[in-house]
Amino acid sequence: MSAHHHDHDDHHHDNHYSDMQARVRALETVLTEKGLIDPAAIDAIVETYETKVGPRNGAHVVAKAWTDPQFRTWLEQDATAAIASLGYTGRQGEHMRAVFNTPETHNLVVCTLCSCYPWAVLGLPPVWYKAPAYRSRAVIDPRGVLAEFGLTLPETKKIRVWDSTAELRYLVIPERPDGTEAMDEEALANLVSRDAMIGTAIAGAAS
Amino acid sequence: MNGPHDLGGQMGFGPVAPETNEPYFHAEWEKRALGLTLSCGAFGAWTIDESRHAREKIPPAAYLSASYYEIWIRALETLLARHGFAMPEEIGAGHSTRPAPSPKRVLTADLVPGVLAKGGPCDRPVATAPLFAVGDRIRTRNFNPESHTRLPRYARAKTGVVEAVQGGFVFPDDNAHGKGENPQWVYTVVFDAGEIWGEGADPTLTVSIDAWESYLERV
Repeated sequence: MSAHHHDHDDHHHDNHYSDMQARVRALETVLTEKGLIDPAAIDAIVETYETKVGPRNGAHVVAKAWTDPQFRTWLEQDATAAIASLGYTGRQGEHMRAVFNTPETHNLVVCTLCSCYPWAVLGLPPVWYKAPAYRSRAVIDPRGVLAEFGLTLPETKKIRVWDSTAELRYLVIPERPDGTEAMDEEALANLVSRDAMIGTAIAGAAS
Repeated sequence: MNGPHDLGGQMGFGPVAPETNEPYFHAEWEKRALGLTLSCGAFGAWTIDESRHAREKIPPAAYLSASYYEIWIRALETLLARHGFAMPEEIGAGHSTRPAPSPKRVLTADLVPGVLAKGGPCDRPVATAPLFAVGDRIRTRNFNPESHTRLPRYARAKTGVVEAVQGGFVFPDDNAHGKGENPQWVYTVVFDAGEIWGEGADPTLTVSIDAWESYLERV
């Protein structure tokens, strides 16, 4: 792409974003004037997902699954309750399922129809998760998608893609990296990235 | 509906573009769009299924070129007008010019923690026993409704295996259109990639969907 073309795209992008800024501000003003919304509630929602509900929740779940066999069994049998026992409940986490990577099988989660994502454990989804490239290709060419994340799996490894077409929300429990036997739960949680819990990365690797 | 949202297996969108250290929001208006969508959802005037259908009804060219928060805002404007809370001319003018109905609830800041922590469970009792059991071979139905459905095109008229009976859930194909929750059993159904994609499919790949009972037929 030429530098000129790139500048043009950025310009278009900026215009579009300022259009959306005006459109959304107008919408908020109208609804506030009617007493239908509370702008402070919007602030509270944003603060919740910027500071309280994010992938550290999910990493805690994974680390506990690695270190506590009883918890792992509970996750297998009733992920919603097991996750709630750590304090992670609520919106887009009402019906949780944990899926476990093994030496034989790698799991990958997508929502081809919209943007279903386990907010209670991972927070808000990244832009790529909601965009057409990922949603279109995860179900037909997952190896190609994973390569774009820098992850190449052995050719013999099975891949299972979970399309979140109903209200179940999936959390991938990655394999525990080798050589981590001495690490405690908190240190282990630091090895677990958001992408490892979607399936576009593995634990202990940069994402 | 066979809308632009039903993306599984489509081609030509280029590589996935993960962003290093991606922020939660890329502009201030995205924060407001999230908060407005959740605040207006709290009115209790429409269901999550109706809001999903409003998003997939966005014309294809607009849908595919929009960011996801723009998709949310476009659909929110549709829902607000449909239910009488705000009209396009008011949003264009930037001011309220007519009264709105009273919603069941206005989400004030003090209510936010409780509402987010509670969520909106949509599991429901189903009066009848599940028709299918784990291990059953099933075939998905072939239908192309103009109305809302959660059976993706790529998974229609395909043979798979029931892997799990997940419980009873609100049926979105009805609920999106105000026809009631009419809960059905939901099953996780797994397909070999070869059944879905045919020649050249990745032999190591299986794909599952979560399917309401009326999407399925016994083989």
